[in-house]
Amino acid sequence: MKEELFVSGRNIPNIDPYLNIWHWQIPLYLFLGGLAAGILFFAGFYVVRGKADKMRTTVKIAPIIAPLALVIGLGALFWDLKHKLFFWQLYTTIRLDSPMSWGAWTLMAITPLSFIWVASYMKELIPGWDWKLEIVNKMEAWVIKQRVAFAWVMMILSIILGVYTGILLSAFNARPLWNTSILGPLFLVSGFSTGLASIIWMSKDEKERKKLGRIDLIFIIIEIFLIIHLFMGFRAGSETAIEAANLFLGGQFTVSFWVFVMVIGLIFPALFETLEIWGMHIPKWLPPVMILFGGFMFRFIMVEAGQITRYLY
Amino acid sequence: MRYAMAIDTKKCVGCGDCVVACQTENNVPHGYCRDWIVERVDGTYPSLSLELRSERCNHCDNSPCVRCCPTGASHIEEGGIVTVTHHKCIGCGACIQSCPYDARYSHPDGYVDKCTFCLHRVQKGQNTACVDVCPTKCLYFGDLDDPNSDVSLAIKDRAWKVLAPEAGTKPQLFFLT
Ligand code: SF4
Ligand code: SF4
Repeated sequence: MKEELFVSGRNIPNIDPYLNIWHWQIPLYLFLGGLAAGILFFAGFYVVRGKADKMRTTVKIAPIIAPLALVIGLGALFWDLKHKLFFWQLYTTIRLDSPMSWGAWTLMAITPLSFIWVASYMKELIPGWDWKLEIVNKMEAWVIKQRVAFAWVMMILSIILGVYTGILLSAFNARPLWNTSILGPLFLVSGFSTGLASIIWMSKDEKERKKLGRIDLIFIIIEIFLIIHLFMGFRAGSETAIEAANLFLGGQFTVSFWVFVMVIGLIFPALFETLEIWGMHIPKWLPPVMILFGGFMFRFIMVEAGQITRYLY
Repeated sequence: MRYAMAIDTKKCVGCGDCVVACQTENNVPHGYCRDWIVERVDGTYPSLSLELRSERCNHCDNSPCVRCCPTGASHIEEGGIVTVTHHKCIGCGACIQSCPYDARYSHPDGYVDKCTFCLHRVQKGQNTACVDVCPTKCLYFGDLDDPNSDVSLAIKDRAWKVLAPEAGTKPQLFFLT
């Protein structure tokens, strides 16, 4: 028998019996960040490859979601801050050791960029659109001229943003479930997959959807591999890591993780996308909705479960 | 200078005086605390052993809470004391997630708070409030770099351990066993 009791009772709300300071805001923020990263990456990608007209939804329409997602995500993060009025302190320091600082600055760069990207396509999407201000029209012309450069910057920033959504958690040594370097690539791949899913959902162009569906399938397969790897790493790890993995292998998150994330969020959509490639008719909204749901549940469960895992007690 | 504390688990009776002294000294809001007592039971009945520990922030030499803080609110003071500057803290909770000892809590006023080794007293050359009040004198505080300080003498001839050494934080709380 091994038992530890608190005699004084730490009485710290949200810490005992287990630490749980982050609620729905953080997983939502991570989800929307990954989603925006995915959309912006592929928008940039097809511009760089000179396929902006063939991939109309990817490059011109879907990016409208990105600034919205980023702003809502930032709103959720702001909501979660306990000392809200001091949030500007994030922008008076650059702390290279702190993933949160990295994230704050990356968002500071990519959010306006996503607005500019969307604005620069307004005229193409809405005929007769006029900014009414000479200076804005001039700026727009300049952005359109520099489109490829913008695309490159956006692609790089979106990779940083996507990785960051995972690294934010994996940097916490104290939470064994999070403390694995796979989380960075895993969240990146998952974020890109949710981004693709939303573009597929929006696109009306059969060809574009097929193409993105194939890429998404590859991302899903990579994601499944990374998740298997994650568990293999835990099982081969220290006692705390094994305990962390056990939350998903028989513990309290087993059902939610395997049903919501693995089956509904990954395996079924992969299956549907494969059937679609083979020519079967699948409702167009079904795989994307499942992927988006799975992606959100994945972050929600990882944030919840991670806060239970610990070194002591 | 390297401030540290030693806790004699053989002398501690778990009375909780240190907890109350800290709450009073540091104006800790009702329902919260910066230090606490852990009662650990090991073994199988009837051969059980009991250990009582007064715990608090370990003022880690390699402190993840300081590293992850995006605003620099969590920082290391002279002598290795880890503290939080209240008006710089945004209450993001990153440091709470990063502490393997769960030594931090979110103050109702928004910032994150924790044990400061009674910095305000130490700067005046006094002991921390918990050390001064302990009825069994099982807490020792002082400068590790000074071989004659209370804490150096306390760990000199006794076996001791630190908590969760595998977390790699280099804690500065030594539990005499
Ligand atoms: S015990 Fe926790 S709060 Fe204190 S210095 Fe170590 S990591 Fe930071
Ligand atoms: S809660 Fe405050 S002290 Fe902790 S990491 Fe965030 S800003 Fe820093």
